[in-house]
Amino acid sequence: MRDTKFTSRSPLLAAYSTLVFAFIYLPIVVLILYSFNRDGVGGFPPRHFTLDWYRQLFSDSAIWDSVVNSLIVAAASVAMSLTLGLLAALALDRANFPGKVLFRRLVLLPLILPGIITGLSLLMFAVFAGMQLSLFTVFLGHGTALISVATTEIFAGLQKLDRAQEEASLDLGATPWQTFWRVTLPNLKLSLIAAGLLIFTLSMDEIAVTFFLIGRDNTLPLEIWGRLRRGITPEINAISALIFSVSVALIVVWYRLRARTMRSSPR
Amino acid sequence: MSVAGAISPQKAPGSSAPLLEIHDIAKRFGQTEVLRNISLQIASGEFLTLLGESGSGKTTLLRLIAGFEQPTSGQIWMSSERLDTLPPYKRRVNTVFQNYALFPHLSVRENVAYGLRVKATPKHEIAVRVEDALGMVKMKDFVEARPATLSGGQQQRIALARALINRPKLLLLDEPLSALDANLRKKMQSELKTLQREIGIAFLFVTHDQDEAMALSDRIALLRNGAFEQVDSPREIYSHPATAYAAQFIGQTNLLRGEVRGDYASCGAIRICPVRGPDGPATFSLRPEAIKGALDATIGTPYMTFKATIRQQIYAGATELLEVDCAGQLLRVRVPAGEPLHGEHAFVFSPRDAVRIRD
Repeated sequence: MRDTKFTSRSPLLAAYSTLVFAFIYLPIVVLILYSFNRDGVGGFPPRHFTLDWYRQLFSDSAIWDSVVNSLIVAAASVAMSLTLGLLAALALDRANFPGKVLFRRLVLLPLILPGIITGLSLLMFAVFAGMQLSLFTVFLGHGTALISVATTEIFAGLQKLDRAQEEASLDLGATPWQTFWRVTLPNLKLSLIAAGLLIFTLSMDEIAVTFFLIGRDNTLPLEIWGRLRRGITPEINAISALIFSVSVALIVVWYRLRARTMRSSPR
Repeated sequence: MSVAGAISPQKAPGSSAPLLEIHDIAKRFGQTEVLRNISLQIASGEFLTLLGESGSGKTTLLRLIAGFEQPTSGQIWMSSERLDTLPPYKRRVNTVFQNYALFPHLSVRENVAYGLRVKATPKHEIAVRVEDALGMVKMKDFVEARPATLSGGQQQRIALARALINRPKLLLLDEPLSALDANLRKKMQSELKTLQREIGIAFLFVTHDQDEAMALSDRIALLRNGAFEQVDSPREIYSHPATAYAAQFIGQTNLLRGEVRGDYASCGAIRICPVRGPDGPATFSLRPEAIKGALDATIGTPYMTFKATIRQQIYAGATELLEVDCAGQLLRVRVPAGEPLHGEHAFVFSPRDAVRIRD
């Protein structure tokens, strides 16, 4: 109700908002449109609809190898940072120990640290440790740097958790371990999914840290980056359009899940 | 004051050894003394209420028994088993929490079955006992519902069924009715009492509401600043309050302060005779309904009389409350509703109703 009043009363605001959204989304629309343009990225307006670029993309094994690499790294990073982030968040929420403040700062530091610093320091670490640079080092880089994201998100979830529920579980005869699996973790489901999706996306399009740690196998962003230096081809547009669609789908899934969980939680 | 060892005459028949024994329990949070070396016994089948203002320590005592807090000193025993050293999940005590603390991610059925599931009870037994428990609280039609879709009263019933399914020897209830509106609350009070009688499990009920405590309890343990003010049956506390605090917290009363000499007490213009106890300064509690208008008095002997001026007349349906002034001393008198009253009147009361209390 308030929104309609706003738009009807201040056309200036409406125009301004439209411009802002156009600035953000128009390039994406153009990018997707040109992925269907037979004449490639040149020429305006786009003419001659074609799916050729997609056909070319699907037969390009280098791209698909990099997609698989990215997926593997992202999935492994999600698993690692969620596990460690959950433990860190539990410690921050429940335990009192000397140096807790310092621990908290250190865990959250990678959030504000520039990727170039993280990447460089991890590279030096890998060199000192005598590790071959490979997807594994990339995974280590992503997984550790993103623990901070997992910790923040899960810590927020723990703060909202009604502790009386855990007491009720213990009261009914569940051991602390059973209580963790049956009450604490299910209550954190939303935070875990949110953190997981966020980490997955961040890992998928990470360039700075990856750049320092990559071995012979490219991740998708680095593969695209590498090709861009040889000029923009509509194939890149096509893969970007696909990434965009998958991201939108993930966001929709996330909102659906959240709406459902919100409805089933009390008050 | 009867604290340890005092089992009320209304306790459940056939129970001699106490079910729960709280022995010299003290609890401090930092510098704050929440419980000051208190002792209490609960008989099996008994409905005992911990009554007190907020901050009196009643919830802390409940949490000590449930195992969510550790006592600073003292011991808790349950049927000759040391309780306070056990973790909460090993105690045969269950709790109904103030805001129910139902599991939002589980259905009603799963909530109620929880206590049996975690102990790996056979599936068919779980099904039967869940059915029983839900029947007990009249919630059989809601097995598949999620807690968030239920009203406060329904959530309350589920919380009760969930706590009772483990067949505890003692059920702890932490102000379970405080979130309900007045009408539902009255209804739940009577259901709770009926249920407690039927299943015969001892209830330890925490509330700050004296009417609720009076209506439900076999005994009331009145807590004040972490110590028991009085532990007695509702009738005993009302008719023989031990202290001025007890007399004022449970029901209304007139406190008469004066001097005892021999069998005779004078409190301002009011005299009480005969009285017992040592000479010296004394305080008496005289309930408003123990004072009667001299004209309609059927009070027997001996009786005391005084004259007082009507200051206020507050109508309350069947009765009305008079505020009267007896030579500068303000008294409250509850009389059957009648004509409007003015001016000076004579009042009478029996000296037996003036209870000598500790100030």
